[in-house]
Amino acid sequence: MQATEIPGVIIDIINTIAPDEDTTDIKSDVKLRDQLDLDSMDFLDIVMELRKRFGIEVPEEDYPKLASLDSCVEFLGPMLADK
Amino acid sequence: MKDPNQRIVITGIGLTAPNGDNLADFRRALLEKRSGVQPYEIRYVGKTFAGLCHFDANKYQKKKEVRRGTRAGSISIYCAHEALAAAGIDLETVDRTRIGVYIGITEHGNVETENEVHSLTTEYKSDVRFWSHHHNPRTVANNPAGEITINLKISGPHYTIGAACAAGNAGLIQGLQQIILGEVDIALAGGVSEAVRTFGIFASFKAQGALASGEDAATVSRPFDKARNGIVVSEGGAIYVLETLARAQGRGAKILGEIVGYAMNSDATDPVLPNPIRQAECMRAALKRAGMEPSDVDIVNAHATATSQGDIKECAAIREVFGEAEGVYVNNTKSYIGHAMGAAGALELAGNLPSFEDNIVHPTINVDDLDPECDLPGLVLNEPKQVDKVDVILNSSFGMLGINSAVIVAKFAE
Repeated sequence: MQATEIPGVIIDIINTIAPDEDTTDIKSDVKLRDQLDLDSMDFLDIVMELRKRFGIEVPEEDYPKLASLDSCVEFLGPMLADK
Repeated sequence: MKDPNQRIVITGIGLTAPNGDNLADFRRALLEKRSGVQPYEIRYVGKTFAGLCHFDANKYQKKKEVRRGTRAGSISIYCAHEALAAAGIDLETVDRTRIGVYIGITEHGNVETENEVHSLTTEYKSDVRFWSHHHNPRTVANNPAGEITINLKISGPHYTIGAACAAGNAGLIQGLQQIILGEVDIALAGGVSEAVRTFGIFASFKAQGALASGEDAATVSRPFDKARNGIVVSEGGAIYVLETLARAQGRGAKILGEIVGYAMNSDATDPVLPNPIRQAECMRAALKRAGMEPSDVDIVNAHATATSQGDIKECAAIREVFGEAEGVYVNNTKSYIGHAMGAAGALELAGNLPSFEDNIVHPTINVDDLDPECDLPGLVLNEPKQVDKVDVILNSSFGMLGINSAVIVAKFAE
């Protein structure tokens, strides 16, 4: 997977787990929680979806690295490169 | 005259049934003889019948809340909102610490557990890394009541009452008792069921020879009929707003009825087979608490689930208590909606309360060939019956492990 595809993947996951949210205009450099009504359970859901869809593990200490779309690209890029 | 602070009245009802999502529509369906049972298919069991509700879960919940929570939670939240609205209670104007939530359930957690195990074993090779973190909050036994408190920001006590198919009445009784004890000012009380989403309940009834089968969904649930062959499993909910008469009158609330008698007891005999002696004792205990004679009752809303033995035993109990008492009419609501399990007592009682105003007894439908052993003097069969008056209604609900309940509601009179 190309790094440029990662924001689309994350937004698709958010649309699944938080279907009330409007994800059409998310700023990539701003924390997701500052733009959307997401809580810690939602981030657990994001981690679970990444595990189910791509077989990757996000250790608990790395959860902060999923904060924004930009940080997701940076953190997940290497993990998803061969997916 | 009894202290108005010790008299508990009903000021609002929110419900969802397979044939109506509010009391007016439900009542209309019962008088128009409209069944809510439909063809249904569930994993492992295959084609069967069920009573499914059609309320809009997103009326009071965000999509995310529906996804995260349980069906029992959604039913509870819908019914609680509708009950408060019907009672004319604005939560912004009341002390939310003084509201208690008491929800009867037959079971809880089967649906989520079955789904998770199915998914884990068929999709994820039993790797528990794929087991949902939502499992525990969805399956704790207080889930349906707790979901109400989170949704409505009610901070008084909440819990569920596990009471098999007597649970709807048990919820009402618990709510009443907590108000009388002074623990809360308002009780949201009743029962709910999400049972149609668990194959295990269907399969267990089937294994027991107690799952209804037939060709036509609308006629497959047929209590008291010779051709009855078992239970139609249904979902549903009914939550009542209960408060003291003094409180209700103080705010000028419309009073739908007063709970004047109630009782619960145990068969102490068999896990499954009902005991008509204990059922009769339960009904008598409720009458005694109400200070009433059997002839004071106008409608007995029977529990009968359309099993071969259960209906006969209940009819024996009703016969023992009410005998040939004049003007006691007997009906059954499961003939329309199937068995809504934890919701059954509260839901079926609700469908009869409008009789206080219209003096009509809704019939038991689908009785083409009455079983002589179920031939009670006051049975109302197949057509609604206009009567002179309806002042007192008794609902019986019984459940597995021999749990019996009876609730008596009287038309409000000063």
